[in-house]
Amino acid sequence: MARTFTEGSKAVAETVKLCRPNVIAAYPITPQTHISEELAQMVANGELKAEYVTVESEFAAASVVLGASATGARSYTATSSQGLLLMTEVLFNISGMRLPVVMTCANRAISSPINIWNDQQDSISVRDAGWVQLYAEDIQEASDLHLQAFRIAEHPEVLLPVMVCMDGFILTHAYEPVDLIEQKEADAFLPPYQPQYYLTPKNPITFGAMMGPESYMEARCQLDRALCGSTRIVEEVAKEFKKRFGRFQGALVDTYCIEGAEIVLVAMGSVISTIKEAIDLLRKEGVKVGLLKVRCFRPFPREAIKEALVGAREVLAIDRAFSPGSGGVLATEIRASLQDVKKAPEIKGHIAGLGGREISVETIINIVKDRKSVGIEDRFVDLKEALLK
Amino acid sequence: MKVILGGLAQPATSLANNTGTWRNYIPVFLQKTCTGCTMCAIVCPEGCVYSVEKRKFTFDAKYCKGCGMCAAECPVDDIEMVMEEK
Amino acid sequence: MEKHLFLAGHTACYGCGEALGARLVVDAAGPNIITTDATGCLEVFSSRWPQSAWAVPFIHSLFENSAAVASGVEAALKALGRQGEAKVIAQGGDGGTADIGLQCLSGMFERGHDILYVCYDNEAYMNTGVQRSGLTPYDSDTRTSPFGKVSWGNRYLKKDMPAIAAAHGVPYIATASVAYPKDVQAKVKKALSITGPKYIQVHVPCPLGWKSDPALTIKVAKLAVETGLYPIFEMENGVVTKVRKIPRPAKPVGEYLKLQGRFAHLFKKGGGEGEVKKIQQIADENIKKYGLLSEAAEKVAVEAEKE
Ligand SMILES: Cc1ncc(C[n+]2csc(CCOP(=O)(O)OP(=O)(O)O)c2C)c(N)n1
Ligand code: SF4
Ligand code: SF4
Ligand code: SF4
Ligand SMILES: [Mg+2]
Repeated sequence: MARTFTEGSKAVAETVKLCRPNVIAAYPITPQTHISEELAQMVANGELKAEYVTVESEFAAASVVLGASATGARSYTATSSQGLLLMTEVLFNISGMRLPVVMTCANRAISSPINIWNDQQDSISVRDAGWVQLYAEDIQEASDLHLQAFRIAEHPEVLLPVMVCMDGFILTHAYEPVDLIEQKEADAFLPPYQPQYYLTPKNPITFGAMMGPESYMEARCQLDRALCGSTRIVEEVAKEFKKRFGRFQGALVDTYCIEGAEIVLVAMGSVISTIKEAIDLLRKEGVKVGLLKVRCFRPFPREAIKEALVGAREVLAIDRAFSPGSGGVLATEIRASLQDVKKAPEIKGHIAGLGGREISVETIINIVKDRKSVGIEDRFVDLKEALLK
Repeated sequence: MKVILGGLAQPATSLANNTGTWRNYIPVFLQKTCTGCTMCAIVCPEGCVYSVEKRKFTFDAKYCKGCGMCAAECPVDDIEMVMEEK
Repeated sequence: MEKHLFLAGHTACYGCGEALGARLVVDAAGPNIITTDATGCLEVFSSRWPQSAWAVPFIHSLFENSAAVASGVEAALKALGRQGEAKVIAQGGDGGTADIGLQCLSGMFERGHDILYVCYDNEAYMNTGVQRSGLTPYDSDTRTSPFGKVSWGNRYLKKDMPAIAAAHGVPYIATASVAYPKDVQAKVKKALSITGPKYIQVHVPCPLGWKSDPALTIKVAKLAVETGLYPIFEMENGVVTKVRKIPRPAKPVGEYLKLQGRFAHLFKKGGGEGEVKKIQQIADENIKKYGLLSEAAEKVAVEAEKE
């Protein structure tokens, strides 16, 4: 294992290289661009033996990896924001055909207004596409997650695409010391992809057949079962990763200072690091506050979340995206998860950090301290009321 | 029929489908003046016309939809379409 | 029954030109291919789960990405060192090719993938019930270009797809028609012998959408060619290298139009003659542009014999 001080995108690209993808197709969009540029360079240098398809759009990128994966190739793509939305139709197809594609989503806000900065509206908006969605807390985790992602995706009980979500700029463009795995170790962890069914004249199977009312529901149910069942594989893979490489940043969820916590913050992505800092300060003041990090958002780990939150008095969810007309998505799903719990904690939603607005340690402290004045409804944090008048 | 992962379908399985039931007209291969030109076999959209001998063609009633293309294209009028009694 | 690679039991309409076209294409290509297809009639009538009419590997993804999925298939074969295993054939209807799928097709052309793209041109969106596409001919009556008190039907000319392919430097481009099945098959074989992107556009009558007699599918297709409305040619490295000559004098377009309900309004409504004249002009221009007329009537008759 080698420790290097490197940019988040570069660390991810290095790890993707370790995964030995056969086909890569991606299209430039900020803040994802550095990842696909790095990979292009690796291919150009002959360090990475892959077909790098310079597509004309994200829609094509997703379609190319779909075709490649169906042909039996380990396939990778990366995108952000508008690019992810442009892929939407294909995303559903990839999961429906049970193709273990891996994608990095460098999380970015959605237009309009056009905004290149971070929030998680892009990946949250495609949460129903049937992909496993994993959210990284820091660059090390973002990087490690890719190796895990292929293992999860290609597991015969899963066979579903995996989206590794990392906050744009905050993680993609930041520099941190990162431990990179050796190729030999990576190969031992992630053996070559061996699909059962793929496009070949040797067994000329038909992919993408039309299903009617007599079987469509069963196919969809089969997908749901595989996705729900993948929680076990996500855990297994995280544990094995820990055993081999000594690093563990949670499986489905992770917790911090949750023992005896009366107030529990729940969030995903890079804001976790900020929350940890805030908790350290608050704990010193005697505030009994802890953290639940949701690492795996799809499948939604209802049981793990319930277990972690059951003793709390108050749950403060922080959403970096929302469903207009409804509220914070994480908050909503947590409410649903706890609805059958007796003496369930009060759940308060907070929509924060949209379009790159900073979520500082202070913001978190305010969220915790303000808690009595916050209504039941999800609220926008740090709103500039003056701009709305 | 179990749903295979991802809704895959096995190759060449449409043969189980009896499209002959759609038919109103049925071709009669007279087998009199046939020159063996193979046109009927080439143009049949179902691909269900075949030769039994060099100048003797026939069709598979399981699939024939009765479109009449074989009869229309036979250069020697050796195929006739007739109303099918059912 | 004959051995085919696209099999009976598919659910295309009576006399469907597209079903015939697809069978001709895959039979000519042989078993060592991987095919993709866009959403459209062909996909629906050939792959209704749990059945499939395909005896070759086949993938349908979406309406507009057949060319991109094929690009991925081809890239995967290369990356896995399996190029020798199969040739890649992408397929789509005229809508999936010339309209919604044009961007993916352009990408496939431009990147030079070793793929044969086949467009089955039935001149409208048939799968959704006959709406106009960029390849619908002038004055055709479709559900979105209906004739009415102030309309003669489709107001636009057919998009020149071969020229678009040529502008990408595609080394082999051909048009073909199910009226000439052996020609379709010869072109598929020739295309597959060439490395790089290839484009073949096959005219495939749709009795349902054209409101023509299913028995006359071949006849109608032939008339499209013999009137000059559907020029059949090959283009190699940007130059037209071969055209299918048509008997001199060319048949008047009316002979073709009258067999189809989609043009019936031209012969019912007063003033239709003027429109027919305009269509005749389109045919005349094709004849001139491609030099379609044969030197002598006999020579064509001899060629037809060989078919
Ligand atoms: C994105 C998208 N838009 C629209 C449709 C609906 N649709 C399916 S097939 C089709 C028309 C197909 O026309 P064409 O490509 O010409 O093929 P044909 O059915 O005529 O063979 C349309 C509009 C779709 N499936 N996907
Ligand atoms: S009538 Fe049509 S379907 Fe039947 S054999 Fe003739 S061409 Fe084929
Ligand atoms: S088309 Fe007529 S002549 Fe030719 S093979 Fe068929 S039956 Fe015989
Ligand atoms: S609508 Fe036209 S293209 Fe579609 S199956 Fe029927 S005849 Fe063929
Ligand atoms: Mg069409």
